[in-house]
Amino acid sequence: MFETSNSSWLSEEVKTGTTIMAIEFDGGVVLGSDSRVSAGESIVNRVMNKLSPLHDKIYCALSGSAADAQAMADMVSYQLQLHSIEMGEAPRVSSAATLVRNISYKHKEELSAHLIVAGWDRRKGGQVFVTLDGMIARQPFAVGGSGSSYIYGYVDSAYRPGMTKEECLHFVTNTLTLAMGRDGSSGGVAYLVTITEKGSEEKVILGNELPAFHDE
Amino acid sequence: MAAVMTGQGATRLSYNHNLTPEWARQEVSTGTTIMAVEFDGGVVMGADSRTTTGAYIANRVTDKLTQIHDQIFCCRSGSAADTQAIADAVTYQLGFHSIELDEAPLVQTAANLFKEMCYKYREELMAGIIVAGWDKRRGGQVYTVPMGGMMVRQPFSIGGSGSSYIYGFVDSSYKRGMSKEECLQFTANALSLAMERDGSSGGVVRLAAISESGVERRVILGNQLPKFASC
Repeated sequence: MFETSNSSWLSEEVKTGTTIMAIEFDGGVVLGSDSRVSAGESIVNRVMNKLSPLHDKIYCALSGSAADAQAMADMVSYQLQLHSIEMGEAPRVSSAATLVRNISYKHKEELSAHLIVAGWDRRKGGQVFVTLDGMIARQPFAVGGSGSSYIYGYVDSAYRPGMTKEECLHFVTNTLTLAMGRDGSSGGVAYLVTITEKGSEEKVILGNELPAFHDE
Repeated sequence: MAAVMTGQGATRLSYNHNLTPEWARQEVSTGTTIMAVEFDGGVVMGADSRTTTGAYIANRVTDKLTQIHDQIFCCRSGSAADTQAIADAVTYQLGFHSIELDEAPLVQTAANLFKEMCYKYREELMAGIIVAGWDKRRGGQVYTVPMGGMMVRQPFSIGGSGSSYIYGFVDSSYKRGMSKEECLQFTANALSLAMERDGSSGGVVRLAAISESGVERRVILGNQLPKFASC
């Protein structure tokens, strides 16, 4: 029954094709992602939330192989919880990023997932870390996933240091929309998470509420 | 036996030492970022100036804006040899056609000639071309002939390896009804952003503005390029 010629999606690896990003502002971070999960040409999930909590005020954005990314996030979330209990205080964002990096680097050859880690902690406020290919680096903002290629020019031109929370939300929404417009592996709705001292706040922007650009 | 350091940093022992360096065995490619925008009364075209053979920059001041006729130019991306050969052939064909017609050729005609050649020889060629210019019948026009040989008119078009990085930027910044100066600024900004991110694009920005009055060419040197804040 499944041997029809157009069932290649059953044997294709499930990838979160994706566009993800995270940006720091004074007092916290904003993370954003699209919601498309594809297996070959098929979209197997059009509403997946790729922003996964690692702890109360630390989230990570998933891209690459869906299975690998989820497995990494689960492992780190467990390790971070244990670490936080041992320390008796909320974990630092750099600790979470280091745990992700340790797994990415050790299993570099087997895993194909990239996680952007972002959050707020008491010592250094809002921070964004990239952990691509097993390295770790802190950046004012980061983009990732297949859709990110199309928006490098836009983020380079539109980013300014010292943006407010609202400006960051606006910036992330525009960037995700532009990427979803050009990348076939990104699409659906935009998920946004804002993390500050007060906690984390999740938001969804549906397809018809996304900003429209010149060709629409 | 000689130990050879490969590009990936691994050490390899080789007996049959290939004396030709790696870069000399690579095809010459106009890695590139190219762009053209229509405005009321003409077109603006722009390109970077880097030609690479592998990681070696064979020419850092290339002119990728090639004149096909008095008021028709093309932007070349892909294999340098292929695009030069195609441009030469189309220039000849268009010149001949123009003499027979006894008037300036249409931009659409030039675009069609490119398309015919790129489609017919699509398996052998690696060429992405943007044709733009001005003619009396339809004013400023931009036609894109990407790899594979399709042809379509667009209000603006970007191409080359560096174009991937600026889709978001051009989608957000483009507005209909821009003036010539605004188009020049838009093109220069887009090309600078692409050159900043794409290793195969770089050097200077070459611009050309084509209108009824003729062709105006400009160069923006590396240190005069627009700068953007980024990490």
